[in-house]
Amino acid sequence: MFEQLQERLRQTFDRLRGRGKLTPDDIKKALREVRIALLDADVHFAVARDFVAQLEPKLLGEDVMSSLTPGQTVVKHVHDALRALLGGDVQPLRLRGKAPHAVLLLGLQGAGKTTFAAKLALRMKQEQHWPLLVACDLKRPAAIEQLAVLGERIGVPVQRPETSDPVRAARAGMDRARRDGQDIVLIDTAGRQEVDQELMAELQAIHRAIDPAATILVLDAMTGQAALGTAEAFARDVGVDGVVLSKVDGDARGGAALSVRAATGKPILFASTGERPEQLEPFSPDRMAQRILGMGDVMGLIERAQAHTEGVDAREMEQRLFKGQVTLDDLMAQLQTVRKMGSVREILGMIPGVGRKVKEQNVDEKQIGRNLAVLQSMTRQERRDPRLLDASRRRRIAKGSGTSVADVNRMLRQFEEMRRMAKAMKGMRGKMPQMPPLERR
Amino acid sequence: MIWDRWRKGLERTRNALGSRLRGLGRGAEREEVLDAVEEALLLADCGLKVAADVRRALERRAPEDMPQAFAEAMMRIAGPQEPLRWAEDGLTVWLLVGVNGAGKTTTAGKLAMMAKAMGKSVVIAAADTYRAAATAQIAVWAERAGAEIVRGAERQDPASVAYQAIERGKAKGAGLVLVDTAGRLHNRQGLLDELGKIARATARALPGAPHEVLLVVDGATGQNAVAQAQGFMGAAPLTGICVTKLDGAAKGGSLLAVREALSLPVKLVGLGEGIEDLVVFSPEEYVQAMAPNWAEIGGR
Repeated sequence: MFEQLQERLRQTFDRLRGRGKLTPDDIKKALREVRIALLDADVHFAVARDFVAQLEPKLLGEDVMSSLTPGQTVVKHVHDALRALLGGDVQPLRLRGKAPHAVLLLGLQGAGKTTFAAKLALRMKQEQHWPLLVACDLKRPAAIEQLAVLGERIGVPVQRPETSDPVRAARAGMDRARRDGQDIVLIDTAGRQEVDQELMAELQAIHRAIDPAATILVLDAMTGQAALGTAEAFARDVGVDGVVLSKVDGDARGGAALSVRAATGKPILFASTGERPEQLEPFSPDRMAQRILGMGDVMGLIERAQAHTEGVDAREMEQRLFKGQVTLDDLMAQLQTVRKMGSVREILGMIPGVGRKVKEQNVDEKQIGRNLAVLQSMTRQERRDPRLLDASRRRRIAKGSGTSVADVNRMLRQFEEMRRMAKAMKGMRGKMPQMPPLERR
Repeated sequence: MIWDRWRKGLERTRNALGSRLRGLGRGAEREEVLDAVEEALLLADCGLKVAADVRRALERRAPEDMPQAFAEAMMRIAGPQEPLRWAEDGLTVWLLVGVNGAGKTTTAGKLAMMAKAMGKSVVIAAADTYRAAATAQIAVWAERAGAEIVRGAERQDPASVAYQAIERGKAKGAGLVLVDTAGRLHNRQGLLDELGKIARATARALPGAPHEVLLVVDGATGQNAVAQAQGFMGAAPLTGICVTKLDGAAKGGSLLAVREALSLPVKLVGLGEGIEDLVVFSPEEYVQAMAPNWAEIGGR
């Protein structure tokens, strides 16, 4: 597996160090690494080539050539360029014309159109709209039932087709919205295995019939090189106003996002991140840029941590940590926070650099639960002063937490280690070499 | 003949490569030819490693030897054809696993039709108790294939549905039980654990089962296919891959990357939407279809 781009670039430049100033040839080597990283992230071949070509003059600038940390500077340039290409800022969905607004959903089979339709409907509902879901996928067995079940789950009405003609089905949906007063009409169309004439003709006919306020292409984030051609075809034949990346909760690097931007020039609006209707996020070019570069979803991690550490005085804990005064109470609070944030594996996957490696290890999710049970079976006094824990108390705790004395001992050993490390950190503080300040965009 | 159709679909790319090679002219530098071949492989999602390996295999060959060197290198990676495994006698159990939207249910339906055509009686375990209306979708297929379907209630433990289906298959002397599982992403440990449980439940219901655990992968998937295979391998004993939705645009080269990294063979490919379009994977045909149009390069 490929290591992180930053690490590879560091190695490239390290080899060159010693020779003094960087030469344009060295920059070419760095560009090769960038290209490899992009291709490995499934960015389309031609898009990667153009990207690197446009990057070259920027890297030949003085700031890289004279930088003490050229690797970092290159990564920053790449990140900024990626971010710009992905659309810069978060883009909202814009609806043309007047209500009822039809939103037409396009995509290949299995891209996640129906799931996304329900997600968007729920979001619209939460934003005080009154959406209607219209099933126009008359091809996949049970596609209509799927939409009907989802609609019921989120409390949004679903228009079932009365004919085998998707155009008439779409029109019937619009008529119903006008009659019943819904202001948003989400039209779930049939997918195909690949873009073909028949599909395009059907979509064009629906498009003509309802004149949508927005047409959205749903694309699987795991798509490889075919993403470019698929997006091009939909944009050319039907027209696309925005894109949704689905299955973003997987671990694909998502280079397809870049390809689809290059192909359509349209904003990526949402990232669809799970099977439940509420799992939809505005697309963040920043995060996607980091992800394509293998830098992990730092922003996502920070947001999650923030959402779950409210009420915990992090600064106070940090102070105590540095003074080497951590207690079992702190450990318990930390474990509880980690638990709330999601699975450990998921969290570790979001941390830069850890992503790939963690998959090869087996994180024992249950261990956290066991440790928490042990901690919760202690008295407050015991947590403050673990020296109290003699054999009889340990037996009681094991019994109370449904674990064994060995589990209790293991937890205490881990805690001791943590405390030792905290003390060591305390000793190091002030003596550590100053880290170079992190550059912000 | 089905492969011919697919090859026609591939022609678009092949022509692109062809014109690139034509542009190089007869006196093309070896480097340029190698670049063009590498580009074609990358565009087919073969990944950097496979593309570089094939390139290396061509590097020292005379232009007139290149077609053969290409075929050899690709065949080495694609590996030999591996047939689907059936029980020596009695009931066979196949498990279909994969990420959401890969085409598991459609594949299960097509496999049921295939088995029916072979004169086997089929029971389908609708073990996707999660996705809305998934059971309804497989029921349509079951009816087409004249297969019996064992469904779970919504949110029922899928392992118990699989177990029941095998019990049912044994009782009626069926030839094949197909277990259609819910789509799950390969980085969700909890869902992978559930899959492991399904596999174990089938083994408990019938010694020797499951005879195949097929990872269903969308042919348009990029390099994430390797991560998918790795993730699922950790949960259930994968025996092979079924690539779906291969067509002119999706060439499924990432399956070569999977084969290279994990030596997991491709067993089935879906070359179209029709029932007859699900076929046993032939490495020879595949490699032939992926080959650039060497005539364009013209031996020097």
